[in-house]
Amino acid sequence: MNIFDLEQKFQEKIDNEIKIEPRDWMPEAYRKTNIRQISQHAHSEVVGMLPEGNWISRAPSLKRKAILLAKVQDEAGHGLYLYSAAETLGMSREQMIEDLLSGKAKYSSIFNYPTLTWADMGAIGWLVDGAAILNQVMLCRTSYGPYARAMVRICKEESFHQRQGFDTLLVLSKGTTEQKEMCQDAINRWWWPSLMMFGPKDSESTNSDQSMKWKIKRKTNDELRQNFVDMIAEQVKLLGMTLPDKDLKWNESRKHYDFGEIDWQEFWNVVKGNGPCNKARLKARNDAHNEGEWVRKAAIAYAEKQASKKVA
Amino acid sequence: MNFTFRKFYYGDIPDDVSGDNNTGAEKNDKTAWPLWEVFIRSKQGLDHKHAGSLHAADARMAIENARDVYTRRQEGISIWVVESKNLHASDPAEAESLYEPAEDKIYRHPTFYELPDEVKHM
Repeated sequence: MNIFDLEQKFQEKIDNEIKIEPRDWMPEAYRKTNIRQISQHAHSEVVGMLPEGNWISRAPSLKRKAILLAKVQDEAGHGLYLYSAAETLGMSREQMIEDLLSGKAKYSSIFNYPTLTWADMGAIGWLVDGAAILNQVMLCRTSYGPYARAMVRICKEESFHQRQGFDTLLVLSKGTTEQKEMCQDAINRWWWPSLMMFGPKDSESTNSDQSMKWKIKRKTNDELRQNFVDMIAEQVKLLGMTLPDKDLKWNESRKHYDFGEIDWQEFWNVVKGNGPCNKARLKARNDAHNEGEWVRKAAIAYAEKQASKKVA
Repeated sequence: MNFTFRKFYYGDIPDDVSGDNNTGAEKNDKTAWPLWEVFIRSKQGLDHKHAGSLHAADARMAIENARDVYTRRQEGISIWVVESKNLHASDPAEAESLYEPAEDKIYRHPTFYELPDEVKHM
């Protein structure tokens, strides 16, 4: 079969909603796009542990501490599911980790913002995980089998993340004046970066999009962002708080909320490594990797010794 | 002129527009652990089913890691691990020759046989 036939057959499978599995033939660009996307997603889960890890030892109660620990542990797990999925495409784990540590690989820019107060734990769960879930629910139907399966597993676990976030903010919103202010302040700081999580506007570039045709992605950035705004604009009312956007208004003719312009300069700045915490995040990952080196070596040495004992 | 447009998607920042902030991590990690496939029995009486994979230095660590990665919410009561290099798979290119011969053998299924309604318990 020549390359044209193979590609046609591949596209037919996609069109018929047949999943692509690791050993199936696939266009090189499909493989590369999936590797990039899945590994960026994995890195986001791993780096995403850092802003929250900051508050584990300072959670306001044992209950909140246990919840936060469970959430951060889930994120480590999600990173691992995704790394495994990317490995099925022929990318090695070591290479992915190296690309993250060197700064070559990207992760969601949201994690380059600092977590200043306890309310940030609530805002991250509600807004950041809320935004992530919209994307992840869509990805449960992505065309690459291992990625879709990882996402199904992740989605099952992720809804606890968003709910605990909202719950954290709900408690603060019913608290003292100081707690209410803390709640509003966290929402103010996390709102715009959360909107940026969906990526650049669709109009920045136009269609002929391969990811859509290959069903790696099934909704555009703007569609997902609009879903998110519509959802959050209603939920914020239950907290008795507001979103920091004077242009946010229900549009009866569109049946959607209109919202203000995102600061795209800030977005690209953070993506390019100049956000408030980019360097700290990468340093934390590099330190952890370097400080863990002796552990990895010791484990290998121990495994080899045990194996040689068995032979003898 | 051939000009391709591109739409960006959530979490997918292309390398060419994202700049480079190389901090010089070391290459060729000699401390890497091998890959293992994980199979989990969700409850007594059911088969072990493939759950995913992970890295570990040895079988014991693979089982312990699998416990942490794949059974945080009571998804399993028994774990199998096998080093991925020991797993052999059929070739998708051979799918036709392997699986198609079964397609026209409908007489292997009980529904192929039409029996009188009077026949009970069959």
